[in-house]
Amino acid sequence: MSEATLAPPAGGRTTTANRNMVLSSLRNGDRFFFWATRLSAWIVLLILGGIIGSLFVGAWPAIREFGIGFLTTQRWAPNAQPDPVLGGLGPIYGTLVSSLIAMVIAVPVGLGVAVFLTELCPQKLRQPISTAIELLAGIPSIIYGMWGFFVLGPFLAEYVEPALIATFEHVPVLNQVFKGPASNLSLFNASLVLAIMILPFITSISRDVFLTVPPVLKEAAYGVGCTTWEVVKNVVLPYTRVGVIGGIMLALGRALGETMAVTFVIGNSFKIQTSIFAPATTISAAIASEFAEASDVHQSALILLGLLLFVLTFIVLAAARLMLMRVEKKAGN
Amino acid sequence: MASLYHSRKRRNAIAMGLCVGATGIGLAWLFVILSTLLWNGAGGINLAVFTQMTPPPNVHGGGLLNAIVGSLIMTTIGIAIGAPIGLFAGTYMAEYGRYEKLTTVTRFINDILLSAPSIIIGLFIYGAVVVPMHGFSGIAGALALAVIVIPVVVRTTENMLLLVPQQLREAATGLGLPRSVVVQKVAYKAAKTGLITGLLLAVARISGETAPLLFTALSNQFWSIDLTREIANLPVTINNFINNPDPNWKRLAWAGALIITFAVLALNIAARAIGSRSATK
Repeated sequence: MSEATLAPPAGGRTTTANRNMVLSSLRNGDRFFFWATRLSAWIVLLILGGIIGSLFVGAWPAIREFGIGFLTTQRWAPNAQPDPVLGGLGPIYGTLVSSLIAMVIAVPVGLGVAVFLTELCPQKLRQPISTAIELLAGIPSIIYGMWGFFVLGPFLAEYVEPALIATFEHVPVLNQVFKGPASNLSLFNASLVLAIMILPFITSISRDVFLTVPPVLKEAAYGVGCTTWEVVKNVVLPYTRVGVIGGIMLALGRALGETMAVTFVIGNSFKIQTSIFAPATTISAAIASEFAEASDVHQSALILLGLLLFVLTFIVLAAARLMLMRVEKKAGN
Repeated sequence: MASLYHSRKRRNAIAMGLCVGATGIGLAWLFVILSTLLWNGAGGINLAVFTQMTPPPNVHGGGLLNAIVGSLIMTTIGIAIGAPIGLFAGTYMAEYGRYEKLTTVTRFINDILLSAPSIIIGLFIYGAVVVPMHGFSGIAGALALAVIVIPVVVRTTENMLLLVPQQLREAATGLGLPRSVVVQKVAYKAAKTGLITGLLLAVARISGETAPLLFTALSNQFWSIDLTREIANLPVTINNFINNPDPNWKRLAWAGALIITFAVLALNIAARAIGSRSATK
């Protein structure tokens, strides 16, 4: 470090000229980088526009052909003569009901796991257990489908469904919901698989918002003699209500659009039946199983279903985000 | 008094017991799924799986080489297209336009794209690429995967850059460095592990995706690395093979499922390990 030699000006230019050249190249690089990043931010918005635009263009023939009646028609007969009759009611019903049942199962379990992780679990086990639960979210959805098809389906049809059918045989209304025959491929099976798949989303978001509760609030409650359950019920849950609902909506958004797992186990029947043990279909399952072989108005009707699904999930996810943003603001203050 | 006390204690015990039970159920599910995979898949794994092509139906032997290679190619291209766009978009949101309207809107839309149904992405690419190109192609599959990669990378990039202390940027700017050099040489470097975590998570996310490939890349029974034609890939091959009565195809499907799942889980765990190591530093 004793001496430093300055390189002589390259190319016979003066030092000032050289300096200006370097500065201007830096300035150009700066400008390029700024616009490259700004353009990329716009690309994200363009993708959304592209999705909506391309779905709308693809769905247009079906919209023109069936109009609003698409939403109320149950018959799905792409090969009917002289004109195909295509109604989206069956898949729309299946999507909503399977997600609803999945939520009914996954929400209490997911919240239970989150309570366990934040209130009961020994510190040492917290990280491994939450990682294990979150790994459930990493398993590809086709694996859930295979597992539901080969393991869960036969098990449900053999043991669980007959038991439920027998239990509710003489109860009005419920005997229609839990009506035989038991079946491997059913709305019920799809809902259970969905419940397992969305469990990690509910758990990890609820755990994160549970951790935003100021310790002093919980300590005060414990101090006046509350049990753990009373603290959770009266302090943690009211404080984190918005965040928990946001997490649940996010999971609902996932459940609505889940494709491969459902396609394997739901049975792909467009007929709406009261029994949850009967085969059904969802929007995504209908697209996955028919799109590659569909043409003309049949294909367009499937894209229209996709558009409806996208609008539905968009609304649900947007609501979820708005709620979670409120929580973040609160936590930031 | 005593009865109230006991009933409260009892209620607590029941509620907490249910919470423990819920955790048990969650862990049991993971265990059951993984052991099903091992049980059905481990027997099908042999050297041929990695060295031979997918067989025609009702033939012995064969492997998944073309599917594995096709998956690797499409994943690589998907990442190569998606990751830079995601990185730049996240950079803009954290470094340049932190308080701009564009950032708020982009963040909101990005979060929605992050959870958007992947089959919709498939439909989008079908309309935007497959129809104009008059056929299914590997490049369409790679583009569908890139669309899934972008939101994942945007999210982690923005989060990680926001964690970089402002003083670092101020010090670098004080030396007279232009903004782009500050971002590239200082902010990226400080956030490096976080950015790598995001990349690994993105790879994990797309390696198992089936739905967006069903009608973009389709699949191919034969060896092909021509990106303008259908290209074999592991998820769709599994999907086609598992629904076939041929026992050899079933065996290969389970073997493929085992390979994919453990690759994805390994990526997830690696991402977590890198992420938590940087968090404790």
